[in-house]
Amino acid sequence: MSKSKGIKQKSSRLILRIVLLAATFIFVYPFVWNLLASFKTNKEIMTSPWGIPAIPQFANFTRAFKESNMGGFIINSFLVTGLSMLLLLILVIPTAYALSRFDFKGRKVLHNFYMAGLFIQPVYIMIPLFLMMNNLHLLDNRFWLSLVYAAGALPFSIYLLTGFMRSIPKEFEESAFIDGSGYFRTLISIIVPLAKPGILTVIIFNFFTFWNEYALALVLISSDAKKTIPVGLANLMEVQRFATDWAALFAGLVLVLLPTITLYALTQKKLTEGMSMGGLKG
Amino acid sequence: MKNKDRTLFILFCILPTLAIFSIFILYPVTQVFIKSLYSSSGFGSNEEFVGLANFVELFKDDIFIQSMKNTGFLMLVVPAITLFLSLIFASILSFGDLREKHLYRTIFFFPSILSFVVIGILWAFIYHPNMGIINEVLNWMGLNQFALTWLGSKDTVLWAIALVMVWQAVGYYMVMYLAGMDGVPRELYEAASLDGANAVQQFFKITIPMLWEIIRITIIFSINGVLNISFVIVIVMTAGGPNNASQVALTYMYKQAFVNANFGYAMAIAVIVFSVSLVLSFISNKITEREAH
Repeated sequence: MSKSKGIKQKSSRLILRIVLLAATFIFVYPFVWNLLASFKTNKEIMTSPWGIPAIPQFANFTRAFKESNMGGFIINSFLVTGLSMLLLLILVIPTAYALSRFDFKGRKVLHNFYMAGLFIQPVYIMIPLFLMMNNLHLLDNRFWLSLVYAAGALPFSIYLLTGFMRSIPKEFEESAFIDGSGYFRTLISIIVPLAKPGILTVIIFNFFTFWNEYALALVLISSDAKKTIPVGLANLMEVQRFATDWAALFAGLVLVLLPTITLYALTQKKLTEGMSMGGLKG
Repeated sequence: MKNKDRTLFILFCILPTLAIFSIFILYPVTQVFIKSLYSSSGFGSNEEFVGLANFVELFKDDIFIQSMKNTGFLMLVVPAITLFLSLIFASILSFGDLREKHLYRTIFFFPSILSFVVIGILWAFIYHPNMGIINEVLNWMGLNQFALTWLGSKDTVLWAIALVMVWQAVGYYMVMYLAGMDGVPRELYEAASLDGANAVQQFFKITIPMLWEIIRITIIFSINGVLNISFVIVIVMTAGGPNNASQVALTYMYKQAFVNANFGYAMAIAVIVFSVSLVLSFISNKITEREAH
């Protein structure tokens, strides 16, 4: 009885594994193929989606870097992502602190106001944002793009960080106040270190948002020298439809995937845990 | 004195952030609604108040109607398939008792952190009529007559795009469900198996009811997610073609604004899309309410 049950369990586990492996193939295949294609010649790419490159074509990468300006796009993306993150942290930490630790008039209203902001998608406001920034002469500027990114990330980050800060025991700041520490110093030297795990979650989630953002970068940046990777890649795709230097495009894709995969490998546990803690995001 | 310090500190904490948020997010949102009532080429000089004329015009615009139909199709098909598959995969990982569970979780989740542009480019080549893997496999199996130009034909293009969006989001919702499933008491399943309930019955009678609150939220999330993702995927993969067969509301909005300079008209589209997504969220919330435990 128990033996037949064991066999049944084993065979059903085998079926599950087959299903999961098939799914894994579907999830992984595009990346493996992309990696292979980035080392192929254009002719090899055209012939078959299976084959292994006869001689690895490292020249694809240099072409992607130089002729297609991938290097420039990558630098811009790092610049914009870093600057957005810095601005976001400067904006979000004090507000999250005030909202989670102080009782003041209008606190609830302010909190709900930001939570309503969770429903605003950047695509909805790209047109008025473009018109407004055109009037103010803020277009085609990486700093203002970063500030827009930071502002757009506020609702979700405030939601995450106020939740986290509420869970910090009050005793730490109370004893700091008794020792005569001012509000500002308490925030910097007591709260920020204690809130580090929460701040880290904010950074990880928003890194991917900033690094991948397309719609706003598309309309707010116009000169090639300032474009970020997603816009640069989409342009490259457009151009390659006619020029057909596919190999350079795939090499470019690999270059773009590298930072994402690296960060994912380092943070995937935190990322999936952060989601289950209630970090719901649309 | 102490009190004044406190007030000053709170103001210092909230005001700069509130100002930036109001300028760059709140103000544009109000502008969407206001400008949708104007006939506007965008650059100030020749704005004219036209009331609801933009909206009236929209409902006579065949391409807009087509793009709303396409958007509706994606908002229906993509969440339904995505959430169903996510639930299945989450149950397999949660109850399958497999050692490599975490590896699968890591792999399935990966597409949801990728740039939509990258995803669109990769899949454009998977669907490619000559060098894509799909047709290669079909030809290899001798099914040449099924090897189509997936993105070039109006009959297949929307399904092809829907599939990409499902591929992108399955792992994300799976992780959400996994967290929920780990919280369901195992005794429920043990009792059910003693009563002779099989895995499928347990799935419908225990797993789904226990996760109902999470499922409700994910339905709203994925409906709204479709709007955003479809914009990028369509721009990159098909640019709305062939002949507007894959045009979605937000790509049409973009086209009206930045190709035709019809900014007022474009913002009327934004208002409609925003309202539709709110109404759908509300309806879905109402429909799913009764079964809450």
